[in-house]
Amino acid sequence: MNVLIPSALRSYTGQGQVNATGTTLAAALGDLERQYPGIRFRMIDEQGQVRPHMRLFVNGEQVRDLAHPLQATDQLVIIQALSGG
Amino acid sequence: MAAKKGRQASDRSGKAERARRKSRVVLLVGTRKGAWLYLADKARKAWRVRGPHFLGHIINHVVLDPRDRETLLVAAKTGHLGPTIFRSTDLGRHWAEATRPPAFAKAAEGEPGRAVDHTFWITPGHASEPAVWYAGTSPQGLFRSEDGGDTWQPFSAINQDPQYRRWMGGAQDGTPDGPKLHSIIVDPRDPAHLYVAMSGGGVHESVDGGRTFAPLLQGMEVVEGFDRSDATFHDPHCVRICPGKPDRLYQQNHCGIYRLDRPSDRWVHIGASMPKRVGDIGFPMVVHPRDPDTAWVFPMDGTSVWPRTSPGGKPAVYATRNAGRSWKRLDDGLPAKHAWWTVKRQAMTADALDPAGLYFGTTSGELWMSRSEGRRWVCIARHLPEVYSVEAAIVG
Repeated sequence: MNVLIPSALRSYTGQGQVNATGTTLAAALGDLERQYPGIRFRMIDEQGQVRPHMRLFVNGEQVRDLAHPLQATDQLVIIQALSGG
Repeated sequence: MAAKKGRQASDRSGKAERARRKSRVVLLVGTRKGAWLYLADKARKAWRVRGPHFLGHIINHVVLDPRDRETLLVAAKTGHLGPTIFRSTDLGRHWAEATRPPAFAKAAEGEPGRAVDHTFWITPGHASEPAVWYAGTSPQGLFRSEDGGDTWQPFSAINQDPQYRRWMGGAQDGTPDGPKLHSIIVDPRDPAHLYVAMSGGGVHESVDGGRTFAPLLQGMEVVEGFDRSDATFHDPHCVRICPGKPDRLYQQNHCGIYRLDRPSDRWVHIGASMPKRVGDIGFPMVVHPRDPDTAWVFPMDGTSVWPRTSPGGKPAVYATRNAGRSWKRLDDGLPAKHAWWTVKRQAMTADALDPAGLYFGTTSGELWMSRSEGRRWVCIARHLPEVYSVEAAIVG
């Protein structure tokens, strides 16, 4: 599936759009970690929770459950929530 | 043969001399928006800047490995992204991210777990353990790396111990951006002898390599109305061990300045001899590289609502040369008035030269130094982001 990467994480991917595979959100994030080591922990904490200022959208719907099922045609968008200062 | 030996000795002494001449002082500056390195020769008069590194990252600590004088570890996060450790093995020319940054153990199903918000403090291990590093985090946790800072594991029982968890408290029980485990100290004589301090929870000692810790609270004050025998209410701001006498520690606490001479376990309130109009509240504590009777503090306004500015807008360092029996104001070169900044707990330090150089970074983004152990101050950088940490080291 296509994954849109926010600017804060492009130091890992080198580009704004990448591909990942997986039948769940957790699996897709695991695939991103395999391709771009270190990227997952910046988004997901050690208890498996999405970090407070990160947001994950699948086909335009916000998702926080990492068990959420995915299909190859889905689009995953990772964004930085507003967090200024 | 004798001539050859003579040449070899001469080559060796020449090499040592060249190395001595080439050695430089480096200041490692962590700020709310990135890290900077400032380099100077041993005269410490002209500073060259390298940076910013990690612009936009919140950098709580930048530490050079004194065992190889080249490896740097940086505790970083951003407003959005989780915490990490960046590593360099060539004094900041190239960086790599830790494979496994400090992270708490995964909680059992159905139980609340803790997640590291930021690594706050980094301490190199003992000289006899060249790959070992320690880290303190917020929420409060103690971590150890045995591979030069690439992978980190929760260290010691205190991260999970119910008594320690109670003393640590929760997010509301500490500093505004979370309680912090800091001042991780390794006794230079014994790698198994450790001290740690918790911004909510007091100072603790281990004599068994971190397997167990015990509180060191005797003699310490707490905020009026609370039980001083309960570690929960103790708020150490910064603890330092004297390189010239490792049985002596100094502490800047929420409730004043203290000294501890082991084997005694009773802290002595040496801030009582500070001028009353200034008080003895502050964040940093700096010790002399050789003289255990000399230490420096940077007082701040801890009255009423705790402005945490220099008292009266008149910043000054205070020094003791007699282990805390008396203090001398050192403000020559600092702004005489209307300077409403202060210095955070990791943002003041000394180098190991003679005379020792003193350095501090301010909440207003200035970097100050003294080549005369505090008698005269000069500003060496302005317009930085809020300075969180300053470390000084000798490289080359």
